[in-house]
Amino acid sequence: MLIKIKNPWELSENDVTSVGNYKTRRDFIKAAGIVTAAGMMAPYGALARTLTAAANPYDGRDIKEELTDKRAILGYNNYYEFGMDKSDPSDNAHSLITDPWSITVDGHCEKPGTYGVEDLIDFNALEERIYRMRCVEAWSMVIPWVGVSLSEIIKKLEPTSKAKYVYFETLEDEAQMPALLRGVIKWPYKEGLRMDEAMHPLTLMAVGIYGETLANQNGAPLRLVVPWKYGFKGVKSIVKISFWEDEPNTSWMRLAPHEYGFYANVNPEVSHPRWSQAKERRIGDFSRRPTLKFNGYGEEVASLYAGMDLRKNY
Amino acid sequence: MIKDFKRPILHLICLAPSLWLFHQMWLWYNFAPHSLTANPIEYITDFTGDWTVRFLLISLSVTPLAKIFKFKILKYRRAIGLYAFYYASLHFLNYTVLDYFFDWTLILEDIFKRPALTFGMIGFTLLIPLAITSTKSIIKKMGKNWIKLHRLVYVLTIFAIVHNYMMVKADVLIPIIHASILTVLLGYRVFSYKSKKSKRSNKQLSGDRKHEAIVS
Repeated sequence: MLIKIKNPWELSENDVTSVGNYKTRRDFIKAAGIVTAAGMMAPYGALARTLTAAANPYDGRDIKEELTDKRAILGYNNYYEFGMDKSDPSDNAHSLITDPWSITVDGHCEKPGTYGVEDLIDFNALEERIYRMRCVEAWSMVIPWVGVSLSEIIKKLEPTSKAKYVYFETLEDEAQMPALLRGVIKWPYKEGLRMDEAMHPLTLMAVGIYGETLANQNGAPLRLVVPWKYGFKGVKSIVKISFWEDEPNTSWMRLAPHEYGFYANVNPEVSHPRWSQAKERRIGDFSRRPTLKFNGYGEEVASLYAGMDLRKNY
Repeated sequence: MIKDFKRPILHLICLAPSLWLFHQMWLWYNFAPHSLTANPIEYITDFTGDWTVRFLLISLSVTPLAKIFKFKILKYRRAIGLYAFYYASLHFLNYTVLDYFFDWTLILEDIFKRPALTFGMIGFTLLIPLAITSTKSIIKKMGKNWIKLHRLVYVLTIFAIVHNYMMVKADVLIPIIHASILTVLLGYRVFSYKSKKSKRSNKQLSGDRKHEAIVS
């Protein structure tokens, strides 16, 4: 049973943040001070809608780690459609129009068609999930997401027995995304999950962060969050969900097949060919910390990969 | 009185990027708003690496610019080259101290197992003897060997750009631009070397003829 909490934000933040950490975080807020951030906050604050989320078994309250400062989450992003620098998305993503938004569903399912965000996501059943996010570039954050389990959406779409994989696409629109012209990646951005990964309760379709609707640079209006995989699996601003029989060839696999595999599970034992994945820098920290296998979610997800050679299936 | 008022200005310009960086780091250290993004150490890595390559390319442009446009800038070449070493050292220190905090296991693994890092390290190592042999007395002592040794700068700049190219995740535009500039500069050197050689051999030929004439 889901219990509604009126102000889940203070509650859960206090849960994950000790008083000492809380003070450090205040200091960090001062420190993080990406100069433009103060200016950026106001418009997003004005646009963002407050979301109400319910307690749930996967809310991540057991993560006794400090939440990453909101300004870092808003100002330090990889979203190449809006530019290559980490500050480009927050500078440029205002041109993204997220309402109206439609998502095309096709492939092996009983309910193909075009859906609005509210058709797929029950905003009365939103859950709060505090997850670690580990970027393949060896930095990480702890982010309080708001969303629903992807499995809830998939159930609505009724995939057939032929559906072995779920494929996702990000919006591709040069009018809204200035950096598409650069062609660094073959657009649109493509990602995918095996059906059992997609149905895993930890896999989240997020619509918010810190109790508010997603900022454009974080992948508004809806994005994938797979906490045990590298961040690039979290496809942003989704316009297409397809059910496939074959394993999708994702954007990073196309770009550098020897460096990025389909699974992209966080694994300190398997190095990226060009850098070590043994340690990571938590945004806001000075020194690196050891990276956890499956980003610390091994207990929940390791069984999905039983018998697989994770060095080959990287 | 300062004899050459341009020299202090040059030093100021060359130091400026690092002074800006130190100022931003000071703000970061004091929890004040700064421009180093939410991941300052990564920003410092990119910043110092980019300026190393820029100064290497600028130092390599001095001679062609001086010869083609008759600019009197040859006397500044050594200083600019040393600034490339200065930014390379900041880059290396940032990597070993701030980024990995003397975690030699990981650093050595990086350098010996990952070609991108190996190339960067070779480039930096080659820059060290060039920096050491930059005093007036050593230049005099070494004579022609100094010129030979300092031709290494081309090799190490190639290493630096390849290192940059390999470290970039997806967008290789900047290293490609750098590589193009280096190609032009190398092409100019090869071209001027060949034309010099043919002039010299012409001279030699005419000299031989004179000699023949005298003999006959």
